[in-house]
Amino acid sequence: MASTLKNSKSVIANQREPMVIRPFAIKRVVNETYDTFTLDLIPAGHQDDVRFVPGQFNMVYAFGAGEVPISISGDPADSTRLVHTVRAVGGVTNLIRSMKTGDSLGIRGPFGTGWPVDQAIGGDVVIVAGGIGLAPLRPAVYYLLTNRDKYNKISLLYGTRTPDDLLYRQQLKKLRARFDLDLEITVDAAGGEWHGNVGVVTTLIGKAPFDPSHSVAMVCGPEVMMRFTVMELQKRGVADDRIFVSMERNMKCGVGLCGHCQMGPTFICKDGPVYRYDSIKDIFLKREI
Amino acid sequence: MENLEKILTEHPFLSGLETRHIKLITGCASNVVFQPGEFLFREGQPADHFYIIRQGKVMIEIFVPQKGPIAIQSRGEGEVTGWSWLVPPYRWHFDARAYELTRAIALDGKCLRQKCEEDHDFGYELMKRFTTIIAQRLDATRFQLMDIYGVHSEK
Repeated sequence: MASTLKNSKSVIANQREPMVIRPFAIKRVVNETYDTFTLDLIPAGHQDDVRFVPGQFNMVYAFGAGEVPISISGDPADSTRLVHTVRAVGGVTNLIRSMKTGDSLGIRGPFGTGWPVDQAIGGDVVIVAGGIGLAPLRPAVYYLLTNRDKYNKISLLYGTRTPDDLLYRQQLKKLRARFDLDLEITVDAAGGEWHGNVGVVTTLIGKAPFDPSHSVAMVCGPEVMMRFTVMELQKRGVADDRIFVSMERNMKCGVGLCGHCQMGPTFICKDGPVYRYDSIKDIFLKREI
Repeated sequence: MENLEKILTEHPFLSGLETRHIKLITGCASNVVFQPGEFLFREGQPADHFYIIRQGKVMIEIFVPQKGPIAIQSRGEGEVTGWSWLVPPYRWHFDARAYELTRAIALDGKCLRQKCEEDHDFGYELMKRFTTIIAQRLDATRFQLMDIYGVHSEK
């Protein structure tokens, strides 16, 4: 494994015209939870490919309503469709939620940096997801499993609010059946029907089977969850330059021009969303940023 | 007893304890087994034990009238559950129920409290270990209370 790990840089061709919106048609809608759904999108009237690096995001445009940054949550090896998991929390995402198969959305992107999937080759990988933070990590899981022989142990630790808030249920069942991936799920609270773990996701880190000195950690979730997760990873012995976090701010242009997503000296849309922790740790805890 | 002493010596919770202290703890220890659905303890009852779980899964629950039991934390292999035996009035604040066949070592709280009073070095060592656990649980509870996954995010 390389001694200095870097996150994957954006390498996608569509960056040539980053402000051009390309039309996509909704091919399938899967309701994940009461407020979260997954869209399969296919190119409409063009042949542009949909390649991306795990961890990147697109600007998704609901015509006439506005654009929102949404992480790509599909398989990076599938060049026929784009997959986005969306939580309906605002005007644009609620409008998208009301759309049906065949409706059109505009897409700009993909933007930003990705998870260090290539740099993690040869070691253990620990993925810590909180809530909808599993969506931006799912492409990395696909990638790791497609290239399973290149990695040692893979741990996926997923925490969410209640059993009803779990994303990708069918896929998680399949992952749990695999012998080459350690999947642990925990919920913050549950009724009597839940027989899995109960407690915050950080409680899973101490028990996960990875070697801290030869591991890369990929973390995504609410910022508070990431702070606690980083502390637990550090406690376990994972070095700061082996921890990667996905940040989120108000991404607008996607190319670092408008400044809406500025975080200290960086622009999350272009320098992130995936950062190596040691590169941002000085600003990670700054409240003013 | 020799077997129990070996298990306790090797357990991370008791790591670093002097042999004489391990012997004191072993004197208050016993092997226990809980069938799925069986309660380790129930809210309001005397807190006279704590448990080191060797195998299985235990849910810490609170019973909500007209809603049933709500699981608030789970405990698994290698974890310690129960610290109400340390704090007056020595009564459980929650239920703990085995969700799987659970094997554990039960430590008699009354017996341990007496030994802690007689040997303050031992009491301090035990207290340090429980303080760490209590602090971890407090952190986790605060984290849970924040309900962070309910925070709106358009990621």
